[in-house]
Amino acid sequence: MLSIHNISKIYDGHIALDTLTLKIQAARTTVLIGPSGCGKSTLLRTIIGLVPPDGGHIIFENMEVTSETALQLRHRMGYVIQDGGLFPHLTGYDNVALMARYLGWEEARVDARIRDLTELTRFPEDSLQRYPVQLSGGQRQRVSLMRALMLDPDVLLLDEPLGALDPIIRADLQDDLREIFRTLGKTVVMVTHDMGEAAFFGDEIILMQDGRIIQQGTLHDMIHNPADEFVTRFINIHRSPLDVLNSETIAR
Amino acid sequence: MIKAIMSLVTYSATLTCLLCMCLLWPATVGAQSVTVGSKNFTENVILGEVLRQLAIHDGEDVIHRPQLGGTQILWNALLRGDLDAYVEYTGTLTQEVLADLNIENDIALEEALNAQGILMSRPLGFNNTYALGMKPGLADSLGIIKISDLRDHPNLVFAFGNEFLDRGDGWPTLRDRYGLPQTNVSGLDHDLSYRGLDSGDTHLIDLYSTDAEIAYYNLRVLEDDLNHFPVYNAMLVYRKDLVDRAPRVVNAFLRLEGRIPEADMVAMNASAKIDKTPEVRVAADFLEAAFNIESKVQEETLWDRLIKHAGAHLYLVIISLSAAILFAIPLGVLSAFLPRMGQVILALVGVIQTIPSLALLVFMIPLVGIGGPPAIVALFLYSLLPIVRNTYAGLTDIPGPLKESAQALGLPAAARLRLVELPMASRTILAGIKTSAVINVGTATLGAIIGAGGFGQPILTGIRLDNVGLILEGAIPAALLALLAQGVFEIMERFFVPKGLRLKTQG
Repeated sequence: MLSIHNISKIYDGHIALDTLTLKIQAARTTVLIGPSGCGKSTLLRTIIGLVPPDGGHIIFENMEVTSETALQLRHRMGYVIQDGGLFPHLTGYDNVALMARYLGWEEARVDARIRDLTELTRFPEDSLQRYPVQLSGGQRQRVSLMRALMLDPDVLLLDEPLGALDPIIRADLQDDLREIFRTLGKTVVMVTHDMGEAAFFGDEIILMQDGRIIQQGTLHDMIHNPADEFVTRFINIHRSPLDVLNSETIAR
Repeated sequence: MIKAIMSLVTYSATLTCLLCMCLLWPATVGAQSVTVGSKNFTENVILGEVLRQLAIHDGEDVIHRPQLGGTQILWNALLRGDLDAYVEYTGTLTQEVLADLNIENDIALEEALNAQGILMSRPLGFNNTYALGMKPGLADSLGIIKISDLRDHPNLVFAFGNEFLDRGDGWPTLRDRYGLPQTNVSGLDHDLSYRGLDSGDTHLIDLYSTDAEIAYYNLRVLEDDLNHFPVYNAMLVYRKDLVDRAPRVVNAFLRLEGRIPEADMVAMNASAKIDKTPEVRVAADFLEAAFNIESKVQEETLWDRLIKHAGAHLYLVIISLSAAILFAIPLGVLSAFLPRMGQVILALVGVIQTIPSLALLVFMIPLVGIGGPPAIVALFLYSLLPIVRNTYAGLTDIPGPLKESAQALGLPAAARLRLVELPMASRTILAGIKTSAVINVGTATLGAIIGAGGFGQPILTGIRLDNVGLILEGAIPAALLALLAQGVFEIMERFFVPKGLRLKTQG
């Protein structure tokens, strides 16, 4: 479905991606995780053609992602970023409808599709006519997700979609998101820096460092068969402070 | 991307053609009628009016463009054919306009003019030479009678008309000729210099010998004991082709030859400047006395004048500002998308802004003539910077993640610009347009200097006639128009800036 071959990218002498090769499995959720600067966001952006790689290539369903094919391929990929990336001059509804209208969809078809998506994302329908500044952070992410899903893409790319939300809203949206991914059965690639989130969503977790893949598998694999010292350290750092407190109490 | 740039280039080319057509149109339409001009001082305005009324009496149609500024502006307009005739002074031609040719006498002058396609009439009858004048009290106490007496008083303060300050027969050669030591010398509008003298801010000014103020203020005219100043016989200069095009008009004009003695000219100047009679009336009275011609003089009411000036002013502002908007927004877009070219564009429009407006207006005359077109081009150029810069800033200030979101949707560059980037920059762009509009309305008052009319016209006339009422007649409506323009664009914000950008963040 989506395969990445020997991708490299260098920014001002800093190696963001280092001859990275990866196959993304269809209909599953792949999570990219790693410390900041490890290249996980860059990888996501090369997939949708926002960042041209210095070397290597990306094949999406038998078609290489290049500056020529990117426009067309993007119609089959949905992209959601941390703050939602909603256009402030358009209402929630118009943000979602923008691309479909550009492609010449009938208004009735646009409307029907948006009704379906509001239901799917559990977005309050009467808030669709609000502008982004009038929506809460969680609502903005739901609109952004609707916008990404509007053309019914094959792949959904999410770059820290929950990163800017407060914990309670985050927990709600987290549950809803996993539900949506399961219902739709889409190929999902998600970037996060939170191990808990990675474990919650990921059918497959890719742990990255310095533009390379260090380990690929499940959280269980990483805890019990860490590829190297870094994997163990990374996981330990991400243990919840509450867990640490717990184990100390037990030890006493 | 390349496609988008190409369409921008085509767009600009089309606009350029449209603008040129706009500018040339009035020129071609007006080509048939005869136009006389006058310089920016009362005597010359009266004489321009006399010429017009003489021709009209003979049933010919003549337009008078009053107070077009200094000699260079009128001379160039005559050469270009924007003017067909105006009243010039022999000394000005030999010492200033054709100074390089070292012309010795009137026959040589006639030949030199002929070579440029210009004819001159015989003298109208009076010599309006330059002179230096002081208040008699001060002159007496210092014992100054002639110009060479000034050598002993280096601390005297001089104020000269701006033209006199630089011209070939003016201050620089006068100073050299007499060896004058004074350094406190400044330029001043000739019409204001009498007030400066009267108030004591300045001790000595340049005079025109037919100025009515000499008698009015009882000034001491210093004797030109080294014969520096030549003769400045007033006479008509006109284009050769006018003789074929409108022989009856030329005949009418030439009736003035030898018919205006110095006393009559001084009296006319006094009537206009001291008694505040409108020049139109002064000219009509003269024609009635000297030629037994009765001219119908329509004196305009305040309301008529306001409407006329508002019309001319709006014409300048609306055309130049619309053209600037149509050009500057694409330039701003281009600057935002091609950073290197953007630097060049921004630097260029920035440099234009630093050219003094008076200079820019005068630069335009050889290119597009006098009147509305050069003023429109100059105003257009001045209006570019705020709009280009704000369009550029508005587009480059859009946060990167939002630009990428638009890209990630799969919108092509042109659609991103139209649907996302321009709407998001709209408030900044509109603010630029608002700034341009206010600058434009203010700067347009200077257009009157080159014959473009507008609210600058009563201001100029008011300065010339020392009439505060007239100055306010231009200044107040111009200020109100600037406020109105600002208000209009504030209302337009509701239509052009999307609601989502005008809302305050909640919570």
